[in-house]
Amino acid sequence: MRFLNECKADATADLVYRACPMHLLEPMELMKDLKHGEVLEILTDYDGALEDIPAWCAKHGQEFLGICEDACDDCYKLYIKKQS
Amino acid sequence: MKRAYLDHAAATPVRPEVLEAMLPFFVERFGNPSAVYDLGSEIKAVMEEQRGKVARLIGARPEEIIFTSSGAEANNLAIKGLSLANFLKRGRHLIVSAIEHHSVLNSARFLEKFFDFEVTFLPVDRYGRVDPERLQKALTPATVMVSIGHGSNEIGTLQEIPELVAVCRAAGVPFHTDAVATVGQVPVEVKELDVDLLTISGPALGAPKGIGALYFRNKLRLVPQLNGGIQENGRRGGTENIPGLVGLGVAAELARHELAAKAPYLADLRDLLVQGIQKLVPDVICTGHPERRLPGHASFCVEGIEGEALLFMLSRQGIYANTGSACASKALKTSPVLAAIGIRPDLAQGSIVFTLARETREEEIHYVLERLPEAVAKLRSFSPVWRKKMAAAGGQG
Repeated sequence: MRFLNECKADATADLVYRACPMHLLEPMELMKDLKHGEVLEILTDYDGALEDIPAWCAKHGQEFLGICEDACDDCYKLYIKKQS
Repeated sequence: MKRAYLDHAAATPVRPEVLEAMLPFFVERFGNPSAVYDLGSEIKAVMEEQRGKVARLIGARPEEIIFTSSGAEANNLAIKGLSLANFLKRGRHLIVSAIEHHSVLNSARFLEKFFDFEVTFLPVDRYGRVDPERLQKALTPATVMVSIGHGSNEIGTLQEIPELVAVCRAAGVPFHTDAVATVGQVPVEVKELDVDLLTISGPALGAPKGIGALYFRNKLRLVPQLNGGIQENGRRGGTENIPGLVGLGVAAELARHELAAKAPYLADLRDLLVQGIQKLVPDVICTGHPERRLPGHASFCVEGIEGEALLFMLSRQGIYANTGSACASKALKTSPVLAAIGIRPDLAQGSIVFTLARETREEEIHYVLERLPEAVAKLRSFSPVWRKKMAAAGGQG
């Protein structure tokens, strides 16, 4: 897993406490509105997202940037850069 | 036999337009909205259309509405869902008023019992209103949320919600209001009230039992109280009740169009009932606020009688009302709401509540006024308490 020092994003999907697989469904929708090179931040409390989101990026040709360790008491922050 | 049904807060008929709109969704249009094929996606589109109608009724955005099975479930989701989502950051203190519906009070007690929350049950004044200053004093740095109902189904009082919200807003504390009694009775706009969460019940609007909704300010996190799949965007598991939510959507549209005419109509009938009872039945007090109250709500305590006995006697003459409290009604306990507004326990036993709807006709009010004085006099003639009072006062009765 890649840890990011800088965590900037153009849009955020807050999926904390939302049932699985919302951590995949809502980012897929939000990615449609982003331009090439823009970054989506995903907030989730679901451990499985740490595997699912990089796998989804690999499958759909998006770039998984990594996770950010800055203060998020109860969730993970994952970052995807739009490629296509 | 003549009939006067004045217990619409307990149950009200489903409106014919609502039933008609619902019917195709039981058999012909039965698809699951989560299904990927056309039978499902067309139902999903219908569902989203209804979400928009409910949102429009209260000035919200469609994505801020979660369909639930009832107002009680919406209250549970609001209180437990928001408290559990935020207690790690804010703390374990919750504030509710002492006159809330049981679904609010018992959700708070659940958090107290199983999650070690501290709950403040805020007292109210003699009309059932919460004092903003008292609320301010009750807030602590650990307060995770506040829940105070918009209108009381037991005493009819309307709460000054924006003043209470302002206190919470200044402290950064989210505010929920149970608006089951008010949506469709008085104008309810979430932006004007400035609340973060608001509960709606379907049956109160003429939709069937088994459907309700929760408004939540966009971006608020809630811990689901029904764990399941991705229904309601992952916030409430369980396949949605499509006929029910279609009913709610249609009822919400009707309520939006009819509200301006309905409130004064109900208020006139209520005033006729209140003035008639005050004139014809001695030793009766009106409960709740005299002006800031629900237009279709009249509540009293009749001295020297048991409300239960009065309900029974009236029902034998085709008149249906309520004592206002499930506790008082089924277990003969003193209503916590009446206790909170300072009604003596013996007087609280004589509680009777009439709730009106757009179906209510003036003849029904006259029929109640014709029969109620006689029923009260008869019950008082059996009452040792009343006889004692009369003897002390000089002998009549």
